[in-house]
Amino acid sequence: MLRLEPRAQTSRAWTWGSPLLALLITVVVGVLLFAALGKDPWRGLQMFFWEPLKSGYALGELMVKATPLLLIALGLAVCFRSNVWNIGAEGQFILGAICAGGVALLAGKDTGRWIVVAVLLAGMLGGMLWAGVVAWLRDRFHASEILVSLMLVYVATMLLGYLVYGPWKDPAGYNFPQTKTFEAVTLVPRLLSGSRVSLGLPLALLAAAGVWVFLFRTRAGFAQQVGGLAPDAARYAGFSSRRALWTALLVSGGAAGLAGGLEVAGPIGQLTPYVPAGYGFAAIIVAFVGRLHPFGMVLSAVLMSMFYIGGELAQSRLGLPKSITGVFQGLLLFALLACDTLVNYRVRWGSTQARQGAV
Amino acid sequence: MDAYALLIAATLNAGTVLALASLGLLINEKAGVLNLGAEGMMLCAAVAGFATVVHTGSDLLGFAAGMGAGALLAAIFGVLVIWLGTNQYATGLALSLFGAGFSAFAGINYVQEKLPERGHFAIPGLADIPLVGPALFEHHPMVYLTVAMCGALIWFLYKSRAGLVLRAVGESPDSAHALGYPVRRIRLAAVVVGGALCGLSGAYISVVYTPLWVEGMVAGKGWIALALTTFATWRPARVLLGAYLFGGVTMLQFHLQGAGVDVPSQMLTALPYLATIVVLALISRNPAWIRVNMPASLGKPFHPGS
Amino acid sequence: MTLPLLSLQGITKRYPGVVANQDVSLTVLPGQAHAVLGENGAGKSTLMKIIYGSVKPDEGQVFFEGRPVSIRNPQEARKLGISMVFQHFSLFDTLTVAENVWLGLDKTLSLAQVTERIVAKASEYGLDLEPDRPVHTLSVGEMQRVEIIRALLTEPKLLILDEPTSVLTPQAVEKLFVVLHKLVSQGVSILYISHKLHEIRALCSACTVLRGGKVTGMCDPREETNASLSRLMIGAEPPTLAPEPRTPGALVLQVHGLSLPKQDPFGVDLEAVRLQVRAGEVVGLAGVSGNGQRELLWALSGEDRRAAPQAITMGQTPVGAMGPQSRRRLGLHFVPEERLGRGAVPSLGLAHNLLLTRREALGTGGWIRMDALSTQAREIIARFKVKANGPDAPARSLSGGNLQKFIVGREISAQPTLFIVSQPTWGVDVGAAAQIRSEILALRDAGCAVLVVSEELEELFEISDRLHVIAKGRLSPSMARADATVARIGEWMSGLWAVSAKEDDHVAA
Repeated sequence: MLRLEPRAQTSRAWTWGSPLLALLITVVVGVLLFAALGKDPWRGLQMFFWEPLKSGYALGELMVKATPLLLIALGLAVCFRSNVWNIGAEGQFILGAICAGGVALLAGKDTGRWIVVAVLLAGMLGGMLWAGVVAWLRDRFHASEILVSLMLVYVATMLLGYLVYGPWKDPAGYNFPQTKTFEAVTLVPRLLSGSRVSLGLPLALLAAAGVWVFLFRTRAGFAQQVGGLAPDAARYAGFSSRRALWTALLVSGGAAGLAGGLEVAGPIGQLTPYVPAGYGFAAIIVAFVGRLHPFGMVLSAVLMSMFYIGGELAQSRLGLPKSITGVFQGLLLFALLACDTLVNYRVRWGSTQARQGAV
Repeated sequence: MDAYALLIAATLNAGTVLALASLGLLINEKAGVLNLGAEGMMLCAAVAGFATVVHTGSDLLGFAAGMGAGALLAAIFGVLVIWLGTNQYATGLALSLFGAGFSAFAGINYVQEKLPERGHFAIPGLADIPLVGPALFEHHPMVYLTVAMCGALIWFLYKSRAGLVLRAVGESPDSAHALGYPVRRIRLAAVVVGGALCGLSGAYISVVYTPLWVEGMVAGKGWIALALTTFATWRPARVLLGAYLFGGVTMLQFHLQGAGVDVPSQMLTALPYLATIVVLALISRNPAWIRVNMPASLGKPFHPGS
Repeated sequence: MTLPLLSLQGITKRYPGVVANQDVSLTVLPGQAHAVLGENGAGKSTLMKIIYGSVKPDEGQVFFEGRPVSIRNPQEARKLGISMVFQHFSLFDTLTVAENVWLGLDKTLSLAQVTERIVAKASEYGLDLEPDRPVHTLSVGEMQRVEIIRALLTEPKLLILDEPTSVLTPQAVEKLFVVLHKLVSQGVSILYISHKLHEIRALCSACTVLRGGKVTGMCDPREETNASLSRLMIGAEPPTLAPEPRTPGALVLQVHGLSLPKQDPFGVDLEAVRLQVRAGEVVGLAGVSGNGQRELLWALSGEDRRAAPQAITMGQTPVGAMGPQSRRRLGLHFVPEERLGRGAVPSLGLAHNLLLTRREALGTGGWIRMDALSTQAREIIARFKVKANGPDAPARSLSGGNLQKFIVGREISAQPTLFIVSQPTWGVDVGAAAQIRSEILALRDAGCAVLVVSEELEELFEISDRLHVIAKGRLSPSMARADATVARIGEWMSGLWAVSAKEDDHVAA
């Protein structure tokens, strides 16, 4: 019989080892899945772990996908560390895209380059607004932020649908539900020619550094986390739980909104009903696998992008459904949560009965 | 007049979906476990149920498959949360995300499938009563079963010793443990039964309610079911009532669209979600009241021997 | 030699990092009141859990009525005839008394039958109880009665009581002892766990003393003195603190008739609380838990800001509506009753836990200077002799006593003008307790105003200059230490003080 024995001290080794073990488990299951579907497991692994890293262009694509994941995850990490469960980052992403798109649509042929700043700012504010609704409902009515933020994802999706099927539909677009493509001047500048990597990447990395400083070197960040670790201690210290709630949601809403803005004023270039790509949910996994730590999340964002790109390649080259990405992502999170037990517990063989005597 | 009868019938039908899932979640939560994976369980159950009916032609087997899928996923969740002590919120979320991904993957081959002709049910005699007949007595047996289940749950929770033990575990697992009750096993049982009911709800969606399979077809009903348990302050009768109310809101959108009301269709589709938010806000605003009604250990981890 | 009812031989139980019981042997005769004496952390509770089946020993044997038994869970213990009244009640707040009792019995009876038996047993022993009341409406003393009735209804041969009097007024303790004496006279054995020497001497005819998980002595308490028992319990006589009488200085804290409705549905309303604390004096607040101490402390610390600003003043400043950080800036430092989870964050290191209430290591804009923080932590650890693996040891890795020393040290080294502490030595070993109490007196001698809230009367008698009693949300007038007796305090705990305005005027002058 396997038995769990609490450790006297949390294991540092397993804090970093657990995500690796979880990845290993996911890979093993993946190999079995490929085999069960009649595909060559080795080729499958290649799609996921080698192809996305193979060339400069491939790396660029990896960064393009990792950028929104990292941004959203950074905001979510602040939230989860504060015990605020913002599940609706996807909705905040959509609102960011909508607002950014709205500003971008205002641009004409003669608008100056400054409009990029306005577009991204609008994205950030849109996300903050949507998250602000969640914060207000929790602050004022004690409504669960989990359920409210999630409901707002559906509402945001409907709002986007309404806009692209209705008032914002491109009159020259053959009645497809999409806005006109944005003027080139509104698009986020690319870093290198020949690659789609944009200014978004350095922005995301800067944000990661900023979040690290906030969480680990400022009193405000400390106060934020104490609220999540021990709410009674936070009250005792006098840390405002209201401020922590609003900070957490506005930061994560802004991050998700900015990510939305970067996507529409970047790779997508217009608003369509397909703007929501599930990054808001995948970012939850990125956050946990990255241990809610900015540096860990940089790595896990790259890993998650590999899953995305691998899934696309598996579809186009091996004929596997694209939804296999979702399976792996979910599996990774499950495996991580299970492996995390090792951080606080030791696994032992033997029964819990006494070894000798009466019992 | 007929239109109203149809509206009521549709409301009961839609409400059944929510009620089944929410009653299952209620059982979970009475034991103190919050399972955010409802949406994922329902999706996997929907695809399992649909696939089973496609291959076997039997609705009953389809429902069984759905229940089995829900119970299995719930068991995995239960072992992780109850024995390995993983965070209840994160694990439930993981279940929802995994369920969404897995169901999309597993359902790929069933997207264009059609089910054999759905039966038409009517209680002889009662169904002929004008107005009330079509509204109340022409339903799939699951609708009536749900009402019966609600009654059974009320009896179980408030009149039986086993139900008392369940409520005690949810109220204070430490006290129950000190008295010698196997708290973890009781919680696991509650989680698995709850998962089976969520699974039944999911199967009902794909086998009866809208007999097809499409990725993401549960469309947030699992989350609404979660909100319902809070809305109903953890009482089965109120869950049923709330489920029908929400079913009504959902049906309202079709009714309004049909009546040519000049509101964009997306706004109407958003109605149930907006309604959920409003209801949540209204119900939650008195924290003292919630505290008295909520199982005190809900969402908190339990470690025997600590 | 009569056949022992219960015999433990060589019981050993280990937990990660500590040996709770080491080779413990214990014998209880039928119809005997047997005390298990030991300070906090000596291993008494673990031993009782082993007897009751909640915990399995790693080594050793248990014999009941002469036969070896293996008690795998509390149900089996109850079947044998062993019943337990826990220190921390195993009750379910939203269920009724009858339902609570029913859950503690085994299945054969119906709820209605159990209800009848509750009423019968309660009147037999003079313990009033209404079976249909939800438990959360009961006072703490009434809740204990539910636990006792539940234990008695199993017709036990052995009744275990774990620290039963910490939640009782002195009068209620007497009533409890009447019940226990009656049980003993009917042939029921009692295992009485306590660290209160006078109670053991009043009730028990046999005593096993535990220290550090081992048995250090066995005796008949009726033939011992407090001093000799204390020597067995801690290896020495208790250190006596003799605070020198001092004249108190300026008024530091004043509470002007504070009334606050409860925030928690299971809480207590505060009514017209009047309190004054001056520089250089220790004011003790006695009272059984659940009478409003929690609510009053929340209002004083700033965690509850609903009071009118003028209702609470520090010096001349109205602080009633200020939060904890503002009050700290004015010199108020508070050590709460709950250490892990409120006084300190369990998973964070000691250095980081400093940031809860201290700002010295912060730079501009709230930048955390890690070196300064570490040094500050090391200083406190050294000065207050905290046993810990360095300043980054997580708070939960410290023993209760050491964590309390750290938290008290954190607040005292801030050089407060007003120091408030709740249950300063609860669950703390005797050495650390003595150290903490002498630090409190040192603060007072240095001119700080000190308010101590405690359920341990002996402690309050040792260090207070004046005492108040809080009962059902009302605060009694103060009584000088010299005039305080256990009996008088006991009366006031039932709310029976003559409301006299004279006392207040006298202090305010």
